[in-house]
Amino acid sequence: MAILVDKNTRVVVQGITGKEGSFHATQCKAYGTQVVAGVTPGKAGQEVEGIPVFNTVRDAVAKTQCDTSLIFVPPPFAADAILEAADAGIKLVICITEGIPVNDMVKVKRALKTQDVRLIGPNCPGIITAEETKIGIMPGFIHKRGRVGVMSRSGTLTYEAVNQLTNLGLGETTCVGIGGDPVNGTGFIDLLPLFEKDPETEAIVMIGEIGGDAEERAAAYIKQHVRKPVIGFIAGITAPPGRRMGHAGAIITGGKGTAVEKMAALEAAGVRVVRNPAEIGNTVKTALGR
Amino acid sequence: MNIHEFQAKQLFAQFGVPVPRGKEIKNPKAAAKWAAALNSPVYVVKAQIHAGGRGKAGGVKITKNQAEVSGLAQELIGKKLVTHQTGPKGRKVRRLLIEEGAGIAKELYLSILVDRDSGRPVFIASTEGGMEIEEVAAKTPEKVIKELIDPAVGFQGYNGRKLAFGLGLPTLEPAVLNPFIVMLGNLYRLFMEKNASMVEINPLVITTDKKLVALDGKVSFDDNGLFKHADVQAMRDLHEEEPLEIEASKNNLNYVKLDGNIGCMVNGAGLAMATMDVIKLAGSWPANFLDVGGGATKETVAAGFRILLKDRNVKGIFINIFGGIVRCERIAHGVIDAAKEVGLKLPVVVRLQGTNAEEGRKLLLESGLKVDVATDLWEAAQKIVAMTGKKRKKTAVA
Repeated sequence: MAILVDKNTRVVVQGITGKEGSFHATQCKAYGTQVVAGVTPGKAGQEVEGIPVFNTVRDAVAKTQCDTSLIFVPPPFAADAILEAADAGIKLVICITEGIPVNDMVKVKRALKTQDVRLIGPNCPGIITAEETKIGIMPGFIHKRGRVGVMSRSGTLTYEAVNQLTNLGLGETTCVGIGGDPVNGTGFIDLLPLFEKDPETEAIVMIGEIGGDAEERAAAYIKQHVRKPVIGFIAGITAPPGRRMGHAGAIITGGKGTAVEKMAALEAAGVRVVRNPAEIGNTVKTALGR
Repeated sequence: MNIHEFQAKQLFAQFGVPVPRGKEIKNPKAAAKWAAALNSPVYVVKAQIHAGGRGKAGGVKITKNQAEVSGLAQELIGKKLVTHQTGPKGRKVRRLLIEEGAGIAKELYLSILVDRDSGRPVFIASTEGGMEIEEVAAKTPEKVIKELIDPAVGFQGYNGRKLAFGLGLPTLEPAVLNPFIVMLGNLYRLFMEKNASMVEINPLVITTDKKLVALDGKVSFDDNGLFKHADVQAMRDLHEEEPLEIEASKNNLNYVKLDGNIGCMVNGAGLAMATMDVIKLAGSWPANFLDVGGGATKETVAAGFRILLKDRNVKGIFINIFGGIVRCERIAHGVIDAAKEVGLKLPVVVRLQGTNAEEGRKLLLESGLKVDVATDLWEAAQKIVAMTGKKRKKTAVA
């Protein structure tokens, strides 16, 4: 089982002829992902590692029946690329691009609201269902199929957690990077019901960080609806207020969005909050009782 | 990116938001000349630094006497202002805004930013102008009103009416009702067109002659939107930024200076924050946040090293790399080259994990450098803290 993506997922890579796009399309394909098409306007007819390139997403959908898009388009054009994918009938759009203007995402989020499409990201590592399909930029080899669902606002910190889970023999089901931007698509609160319902997922790891209130809202949802153990880590307890810590969304504003507040909200909802990021794996192990 | 008040007010004027007549002034002579031209019953001399709390710190002077204006300018220019936002070192005043005073009948608060929850722009308004909005929200939340704007259609008249009636404007001063609604539309346009991340007017005043005026103004911009606006980029004032942060941004590194003594260099923003946190847990305090990015190379590592070593508080360096796309052996080469180049004397702990980590560790161990190599995050943090001695954060910066 696992969530959102599996071996049947058919992927189109937007921006496939760029350096990042071609590299990662190749890597995803090597992992076993069905990368069936690429899109770069004006480059139809070309191939990237045997993957056919189309001018538009609509053409790619018509010819290859792709249902999921992976976007590597540069920031000034990424909002356009997301909307193009949705318009072409793509159901799951995963946008890796970092640096999209917030006001562009404000318009995109509003436009997607009226359509039957799910956006992951932007500014995220993508999604991987362990040993099945990788639609993103994460190092595939650290993942082992297992029992834990992972969702995170960060990239490398997720790899850190995954590596711990793998080394302890717990393994993962699906790992979703929701991205580090203030306005994004899918949030923790949207993924929680999917992990809760997935029979293969036995525990959920949630990696948050300072800024916004996604963790607080997730906490409220967990308290009401989630029966599986949730293990949380919040990055940025040492971050000063008012400063952006790398991610556009990682900023404490007006005293709100601190790590301490988020940890308290999660703890109150019964989440096992880990203080030491080196202890994420061990805490999951304890929670699962084996 | 932040800009000065005088620049914010220039933008306001450009978008049809009323501001007092004023001008940027850099010396007392220009102040005298401008005061004569302004010829107002009241003159306001305001220090221009990127920090709030200027009034309480003595950075705002008011006089009715035109002859006093140049003296007040003299007093402020070159002065170090210490406010609750500048930290104990304060900020040197290099320019002033000198403007006409306004007869204040009522002070309001108004701002616009993106509400992260809904992903939409939101106006925030209050009748409690002149106070910190966070304080108003904490003590009297009923006095803070919010209005979300649908980005598909933009600001509409009803949004404005909800805010205006919510504030009780018709009772306060009916003459400003329509100008207020027009002003909101203009602010929305400024916010969206210039890729602002926040526009704040505090206070927005109703004057004794029944006019609306933005008496103060603060605008900050989304760094990701700056590429669209050469005019906004030209407003950047490097004097207001930390020199090491400027150098880092030139090298495409994400660096924030903090005041501990363990310099850290990490790939990825989340892991960089987690690394800072783990240093604190091990009993010390990070000297900085530094994300060398997902595509870290030998060159970025070398640039990161140089920046860390320029911070005199740094007593040890912790490099934490989780190789994904980045290969650890490349990072190891970068560390070795940079360490040789700068003649490294400080203790360094390098923790490598992920792609080609083993190879990277081997390279470091065989390099002849005095670097400690680790695989586990917690073990690495404890090592660097033990090598540099436990030390608490020295001062708190609000």
